[in-house]
Amino acid sequence: MGRVTNVVVAGLGGQGAIKASDILADAACRAGFDVKKAEIHGMSQRGGSVTSDVRFGDEVLSPMVPRGEADFAVVLEATQVEVVRPVLRQGGLCFGPDFLDEKALPNRKSLNVALLGALSHHLDIPEPCWLEAVKAALPERLHELNEKAFAAGREAAARQGR
Amino acid sequence: MERKLLSGDEAVALAALDAGVALGTGYPGTPSTEILETLAELGGRAQWAPNEKVALEVGIGAAFAGARVLVTMKHVGVNVAADPLFTAAYTGVSGALVLVSADDPGMASSQNEQDNRRYSVAAGVPMLEPSDSQEAYDFLLAAMSLSERHKMPVMLRMTTRVCHSKTLVERRGGFPAARAPSFERDIAGRVMVPGYARPAHKKLRARLDEIQKENEKSPLNLWKKGDPRLGIITHGITWEHVQEAAPGASAFRIGTVYPLPLEQLRAFARSVERCLVIEEGDPFFVEQLRSAGIAVEGKPEMYRFGELNVERVRRIVAGDVSPEPPPLKATPPRLCDACPYHPVYGTLARLDCIVAGDIGCYTLGVMEPYRAMDSCVAMGASMGVGLGLRHVLPEQQARRVVSIIGDSTFVHSGINGLVEMVYNPPATGHVVIVLDNGTTAMTGQQEHPGTGRTIEHDATNKFSIEGFARASGVKHVDTVDPVADPGGFERLLKERLAGNDISMIVARRACILAAADIRKWDKQNAEKAEAGGCGGAC
Repeated sequence: MGRVTNVVVAGLGGQGAIKASDILADAACRAGFDVKKAEIHGMSQRGGSVTSDVRFGDEVLSPMVPRGEADFAVVLEATQVEVVRPVLRQGGLCFGPDFLDEKALPNRKSLNVALLGALSHHLDIPEPCWLEAVKAALPERLHELNEKAFAAGREAAARQGR
Repeated sequence: MERKLLSGDEAVALAALDAGVALGTGYPGTPSTEILETLAELGGRAQWAPNEKVALEVGIGAAFAGARVLVTMKHVGVNVAADPLFTAAYTGVSGALVLVSADDPGMASSQNEQDNRRYSVAAGVPMLEPSDSQEAYDFLLAAMSLSERHKMPVMLRMTTRVCHSKTLVERRGGFPAARAPSFERDIAGRVMVPGYARPAHKKLRARLDEIQKENEKSPLNLWKKGDPRLGIITHGITWEHVQEAAPGASAFRIGTVYPLPLEQLRAFARSVERCLVIEEGDPFFVEQLRSAGIAVEGKPEMYRFGELNVERVRRIVAGDVSPEPPPLKATPPRLCDACPYHPVYGTLARLDCIVAGDIGCYTLGVMEPYRAMDSCVAMGASMGVGLGLRHVLPEQQARRVVSIIGDSTFVHSGINGLVEMVYNPPATGHVVIVLDNGTTAMTGQQEHPGTGRTIEHDATNKFSIEGFARASGVKHVDTVDPVADPGGFERLLKERLAGNDISMIVARRACILAAADIRKWDKQNAEKAEAGGCGGAC
């Protein structure tokens, strides 16, 4: 098994955590990586915690990110940041909702895609793969708005150098 | 060919389409629900049944007619379908019949974590188990082929992580075309009176012996040669964890759960110094292997509970039985803020009712601030449990008992309990509250017979809950909107609790998450009907 990148996306039911992990997994797939993605659906839809694991690399085995081995966490809900922290490896990066000034976003619903933009700054996935994945996951009327959100997150990460 | 990122459920649906399945049927249940939804989206013929038993029976009928059939349900659904399943193993089928059992180790969204591998042995039904989405696709095709060749039902066992994880899938071509269904009489083969069932049982055992021999050579099992000091026998998603946790070890991944390739496994066990079985759930393989005289080491009992993962597999290999770190502190689910059931649970809490509950979103009425549920056992069980409580409790307590059940759950198996209420009414009467939000909400808003729409949301005949109750002889049947008139609901409930009659109150208000969609579908169907079509009902 070659190098595998581990990302955990977390939030509360209805915030778009699953959608974000779908976009990330699709983008990695378009970039030619082996990809696996694991999550639990069901009762969590009712406002409970949702986490989704995305792993990509040359060859991925278990679809679940072992605790303490996540390279990145993308967290859509402030209360979940500390809950999710134990999944990160030492030196792993967490992108929480405070990573971006809310005013920089087209709207709050696009936070998931904006944080993917921030994450994208650190991943070896070409930008066109990301944009195709965003478009494939969302209805056309939301494309422009989410492309803006993605760009805002990507720029913020570049600006902060993280 | 193009590779696509699919969940195990989606892969099964795609395989069913490619296998020329004539009919997919089942009842929604996490983690199986997406299979039939995807099959319908892909253009296959899929339909929801009122419950799993009916689904399997419809499947058996279609397979008697020579069709290839897919039937899907969650693990506890197989309990409901177990009656026809055990005898379908005797009758066999003329086409192909594959039953997907989606198990939920760790109970992400279930009331127990039963291990349905045991059903394969108990019923005498061959079982396959995939480890990822590509295998979910390939094994469904293999199961169809196995079922058709041996003319018997086959189970495909999946677990939550295989159903819901997404991995890359390549579509295969070239599955032989299905023959057109046609009735061929086979009275001795399908009418299971004792005189025909006795030889049928012998025939079943002979078929299983044949399949056992085939499984010894099956490509669905994988033998990975590695370090001879450690050999791991495993299955399903655990195979993926094992490869990551113990990359150098020898391993045998079982794909044919039943009948097991025992001679292969015996040879594997002999080829290694330490032979460790790492299986999720019950010690099912350990028991089978030991009873065949194959010495293996099982996992410590603490790993019977919950899902396995890479960390737990590392611990099992190391023989580590020290306490595990606590799970992440997840926020539990709760009723949606705008859920129409809030006023109902407010009333039940205020009146200090003894609440025989049931399975659905509304089970969340057990949470704070209401704590308004006293039992939740099985689909439909609120009815019988409530009646049992009423029969034996002292009168003052008996008068506080209500059964509370959702619309989809009522149609699933509450109906039988309603008949029991009519037939054996308690001395104090009884009150059934049907929480009708117009959808199977918990599993993701599926249609059911009471919505009057099919799996694809087209109009069809609508089952009437009130009509059924009235026709059955329930004395009072009332319908209330608990949001528009919460006071009226509370007054009515008090009145019914004070009387000695059997009664039903339908608390009807659309699920807040489904309401907009329901309005859209009803409008579309009305427009279709007006345009002279039948809205899909024909």
